[in-house]
Amino acid sequence: MADDKHNAQAYWQANLRLIIISLVIWTVVSYGFGILLRPLLAGIEVGGTDLGFWFAQQGSILTYIALIFFYAWRMNKLDKEYGVDEE
Amino acid sequence: MSQFAINMIFVVGSFALYIAIAIWARAGSTKEFYVAGGGVHPVMNGMATAADWMSAASFISMAGLISVGGYANSTYLMGWTGGYVLLAMLLAPYLRKFGKFTVPDFIGDRFYSSGARLVAVACLIIASVTYVIGQMTGAGVAFSRFLEVSSDMGLIIAAVVVFMYAVLGGMKGITYTQVAQYVVLIVAYTIPAVFISLQLTDTLLPPVGLFSEHTQSGVPLLQKLDEVVRELGFVDYTADVDNKLNMVLFTLSLMIGTAGLPHVIIRFFTVPKVADARWSAGWALVFIAILYLTAPAVASMARLNLMTTIYPAGPTADAIQYAERPDWIKNWEKTGLIKFEDLNGDGRIQLYNHTPQFAEKAAERGWKGNELTVNNDILVLANPEIANLPGWVVGLIAAGGLAAALSTAAGLLLAISSAVSHDLIKGSINPNISEKGELRAARISMAVAIVVATYLGMNPPGFAAQTVALAFGIAAASIFPALMMGIFSKRINSKGAICGMLAGLISTTVYIFLFLGWFFIPGTASYENIPANWFFGISPLSFGAVGAMINFTVAFAVSAVTEKPPVHIQDLVESVRFPRGAGTAVDH
Repeated sequence: MADDKHNAQAYWQANLRLIIISLVIWTVVSYGFGILLRPLLAGIEVGGTDLGFWFAQQGSILTYIALIFFYAWRMNKLDKEYGVDEE
Repeated sequence: MSQFAINMIFVVGSFALYIAIAIWARAGSTKEFYVAGGGVHPVMNGMATAADWMSAASFISMAGLISVGGYANSTYLMGWTGGYVLLAMLLAPYLRKFGKFTVPDFIGDRFYSSGARLVAVACLIIASVTYVIGQMTGAGVAFSRFLEVSSDMGLIIAAVVVFMYAVLGGMKGITYTQVAQYVVLIVAYTIPAVFISLQLTDTLLPPVGLFSEHTQSGVPLLQKLDEVVRELGFVDYTADVDNKLNMVLFTLSLMIGTAGLPHVIIRFFTVPKVADARWSAGWALVFIAILYLTAPAVASMARLNLMTTIYPAGPTADAIQYAERPDWIKNWEKTGLIKFEDLNGDGRIQLYNHTPQFAEKAAERGWKGNELTVNNDILVLANPEIANLPGWVVGLIAAGGLAAALSTAAGLLLAISSAVSHDLIKGSINPNISEKGELRAARISMAVAIVVATYLGMNPPGFAAQTVALAFGIAAASIFPALMMGIFSKRINSKGAICGMLAGLISTTVYIFLFLGWFFIPGTASYENIPANWFFGISPLSFGAVGAMINFTVAFAVSAVTEKPPVHIQDLVESVRFPRGAGTAVDH
């Protein structure tokens, strides 16, 4: 890590970028589709109700799981690429 | 075999298992006591975290809340799961890299101040103690219904069992019992749900059944439920809400609060590597999601089942005769959690929403008010009986409810006792204490914490019901922002952090006190707790998110006008950001 402060900087920027992208998706599925945008999705019918209801009670949770595993996979790979992983 | 005997077998059997684990997993060092030796497999830690996190509130109360509130209470589903995304990306890996034993450890070191450490200890203890009271009373309720002992006696039995594995094994004993408790609670939760989903929708998986056709009527389940409750004066189950700001803030408070709860965070100190901490958060959420995806199905199906029980010929026909009520109503009437009062003297049970809008219709049908009061908390516990499931399923639910309460109680007690023995005694009072002395101090703190929690469980202070607001509010407004800024900003100094934590803590508790009573003393509330009085429509339960924003703002403002943190602290921040060099959790 010491050999290049530049490398460390790039690793941290990549991490921040990944976090921001993930949290944007996190916001859109829960606060967006599940709450604020629900009226807009009212036309899309899902089992006796609408898509917003599905996101609020199922979809958001499934998305969270996907986000965490994607983040873990991507970061663990970045650790190796930037040579900051644990031996 | 009697139902009592079956319940006994399930509960005693599961307790014997926990005690056997306790004897097998004794802790020999402080490292084993605080972080289970630091060698827990990420999947196993995920499972333990799930049990640690899912409390009596998740297991017993949540489905009931959703059942009554419908869509509006989806907040609990999103709020209590979304926090894991924050944990996985913003806290867990870096705190694991930091590699100490407790949450105040990090705050004290990062903000190079014993003042900051003490504020963190205070926040941790207030949040965890209020939370543990709820677990103990939850265990008491489950005991009194299923084992026909008084709830005080039930509490003492529960406390003795927790004592066995928590004092002997510390985090090590707790980890392995939590894994066992997860298995018990998830099996207990999903089996009745699958049965009910099959009965109502012919669908094996409850989350799919929730959006499937109601077999009997041929219309979608949720549409059927909407129709039935509408006929009885209730708001549609799937109806949208008006106050979206409050819904957003409440969900956000639950998420930030979840990520900031110390008993959840310390579970991530037990895995071997930083990479494992990331995976482990994902696994934790998978195991949690199995219950959280099932809960909304249980909620809607149980509501429909309840309505069908009361109105066997549909909501437009006559209600059931009180004399012919099913056994489960009789059983729960004994506990006082179901109450019936024949207001119009017709011998039937009218269950409906007595509102001014519905008054005309009620008068037409000769109804004089709602006659059946059903406590939200019994929904999950009574579910197998409502659906006429076999006796062993009821026994399983009893063991599952207790597993949920005990696993969370143990996690909270560990967070409390390690804050006392590690942060107060070793960190402030007696830094030269020996390893052996600290381990003894940890065990004694744990024992004292259990005794205090049991006492408070038996004599819950008047505010016990408000504990969720308080625990989540404090975790969200004080602990989460301090940890996050400590990792993501090198500029925040000790003054900024302390002012921020205090500002978040004080603003949140004051807002809660304004509506729920000063220090929760009944009758001292400054405003009646109704939506019309809330500032900008923000409920006291939702204020944690606002408190967190206040914390961030104050911390940045104060830090900006005061000195930069010393260089070695900036290096510390730098080091937690990179996984390389993380050993297992170490002592000072």
